[in-house]
Amino acid sequence: MTVAVVRFPGSLDHESAARAVRQAGGEPVEAWHADASLPPDTEAVVIPGGFSYGDHLRPGAIASRSAVMADVARHAERGGRVLGICNGFQVLCEAGLLPGALRTNAALSFVCRQVELEISDRSTQWTGGERGPERLSIPVKNHDGAWFGDPDRARVMLRYVDDPLGSTDRVAGVANDGGNVLGLMPHPEEACDPLLGSTDGRHLFAGLLGRAA
Amino acid sequence: MSRVAVTVMPRQGVLDPQGQAVHGALERLGFSGVSDVRVGKRIEIEIDAPDPVEAAEEMCDRLLANALIEDYSVEPLS
Repeated sequence: MTVAVVRFPGSLDHESAARAVRQAGGEPVEAWHADASLPPDTEAVVIPGGFSYGDHLRPGAIASRSAVMADVARHAERGGRVLGICNGFQVLCEAGLLPGALRTNAALSFVCRQVELEISDRSTQWTGGERGPERLSIPVKNHDGAWFGDPDRARVMLRYVDDPLGSTDRVAGVANDGGNVLGLMPHPEEACDPLLGSTDGRHLFAGLLGRAA
Repeated sequence: MSRVAVTVMPRQGVLDPQGQAVHGALERLGFSGVSDVRVGKRIEIEIDAPDPVEAAEEMCDRLLANALIEDYSVEPLS
């Protein structure tokens, strides 16, 4: 399965995201922010972490208006899977593909640590459905990662067991109504190798490819 | 050519940790009586348009402010 990994000026985690896609059995291909369309045969999309456009104005704001994002929106409208990680989550919220916004962490500090996540919605393939795990251990690393929004009007997928960021209702990740677009602040691509202490991130990359880990 | 100033502020009710940090620092410097501090941003735009304020408002709606968490105001400068 061909998975487009979208890269903006200032993206950082595109290589680790591509590695995680390959490990899950997908074929990662790079999509550049200025491209008018996603690569041919794109079946799923990852928007990786980093500091697109230097986080200027608001994190994800400028990237969300870049050329390639129009085709990401079309892919999402067709029901194609999109996974936004950290800055990619910010981009998807700014693009209006996911509800809410990400604001500066309550403690005004960059938070870099392993976090425990509750899977709030176990009905989707993203985490392996009802047979999948109930919790995930995945690291966060961000400065502007506190989700702000109305949890009653969002499909909340993941919550921090102990929220270090100050998000509304401990929300760590949300999906669109259709469940095909998922954004989260924690970094599943940094939890795919036993050397990094957890392989729980593999569930989300398997979900991206539409299969169980 | 006209100049307009756009002010973007965190909306009331949205936590403003930057404002809180500045508030704390002002109190530590001995400024008493400060009850609230909010930090936003100012964007100055030079523009050639029939109605520069209206143009800047459209820029705010489409890019400069996120209506979910921010309010904006536009002021003509010249």
